[in-house]
Amino acid sequence: MNRSEDYADIPGTYLFDKKACAQGYNLNNFCMSLMKEENRKAFLADNAAYLDRYKLTAAQRQAVLDRNWLGIIQNGGNIYYVSKLGATCGLSFEDMAASMAGTTKEKYRGMMIGGGRSIEGNRSKAQQAAEKGKS
Amino acid sequence: MARIVAGVGCSHVPAIGAAIDLGKTKEDYWKGVFEGFERSKQIMAEINPDIVIEVYNDHGTAFSLQYIPTFSLGVAAEFQPADEGWGPRKVPVVKGDPEFAWHLVESLILNEFDMTIINEMEVDHGLTVPLSLMFGQKDAWPCPVIPLCVNVVTYPPPTGKRCYALGKAIRKAVESYPKDLRVAVFGTGGMSHQIHGERCGLINKAFDKSFLDRLTSDPEGLAKMPHMEYVREAGAEGIEMVMWLIMRGALGDNVEEVYRFYHVPASNTAVGNIILKSKS
Repeated sequence: MNRSEDYADIPGTYLFDKKACAQGYNLNNFCMSLMKEENRKAFLADNAAYLDRYKLTAAQRQAVLDRNWLGIIQNGGNIYYVSKLGATCGLSFEDMAASMAGTTKEKYRGMMIGGGRSIEGNRSKAQQAAEKGKS
Repeated sequence: MARIVAGVGCSHVPAIGAAIDLGKTKEDYWKGVFEGFERSKQIMAEINPDIVIEVYNDHGTAFSLQYIPTFSLGVAAEFQPADEGWGPRKVPVVKGDPEFAWHLVESLILNEFDMTIINEMEVDHGLTVPLSLMFGQKDAWPCPVIPLCVNVVTYPPPTGKRCYALGKAIRKAVESYPKDLRVAVFGTGGMSHQIHGERCGLINKAFDKSFLDRLTSDPEGLAKMPHMEYVREAGAEGIEMVMWLIMRGALGDNVEEVYRFYHVPASNTAVGNIILKSKS
């Protein structure tokens, strides 16, 4: 089966499933509102006042205020909706990815030019734990 | 009678669109990407389709989470490029073909593929970037384009098997259209990439090569690949590749690979392009 629970073993991955979709509904609606220039201006002028228009959880609100991209995803943000917030802040997908990977844009870009993050060692949390146990 | 003359698999990385729009294609970082698409453009000019059915996914642009159609088809006369947060891409408006699109909708639904019908929609990079790559920067796209959207954003997306079967139903629909149209089908997205979470930047060249090979040699087997394998092996957003199976299904049983191009990276993504022709 392909139930969303079955994906929990994949490291560093937050599947946008039934749980995330419900959790992130308002958060993603907020992000989508930034497709309008007038809304981008209003948000950039006063983040907090603009966010008051949306019923976000405290954690979602804080993650947005902090531009904590990983935190936004972990609280139900979907990267495609979140990219509208990124764009509003002048960031590309690459910038957000570097942040989520916990590195700088330069190092991240270097990794990508070098062929990207290897699949080896990145397939499974269980496998990673077993490898760690050996060393 | 209309017939399908070619299938195209093509990545739709937004940064590629930005590089084109900002005139960066000759820069060191980008030239490896764009050189590969020079030949693609020549081949597409030779194929010169009368119409394109372009399979892509909306990236939270036209569809909010309010409604999440699994398969949907645009029947409008035109589709404007969307503002995804940077302002709309300065590319031509996408012209549709309502008569042909409605024929597809009728044929597909009556053949048990329950499409959602779209009367009005803005289109994002998922649709416009492959048009730029296959046709170049034009004042107008060379032919009408029918958008066919697939949900690969919210789980579960359709299975590979279902996508492949939809492609076969599209072939039937096209072949039952009375006008003499030469149709190309684009499957877009991919290849391996992950753009969220700590694992972002994942690339799997071996997976991508095997996927490209099997489009020709083993599409039935490829269609059985579970979502889990895409997500684990090709990165979370690598799931977009199920859409290539719609294109493949539309080409019939035997195909010939005309062109292939593969490059890492474009932003976070492995870029792939394949052009296939039906043999039978």
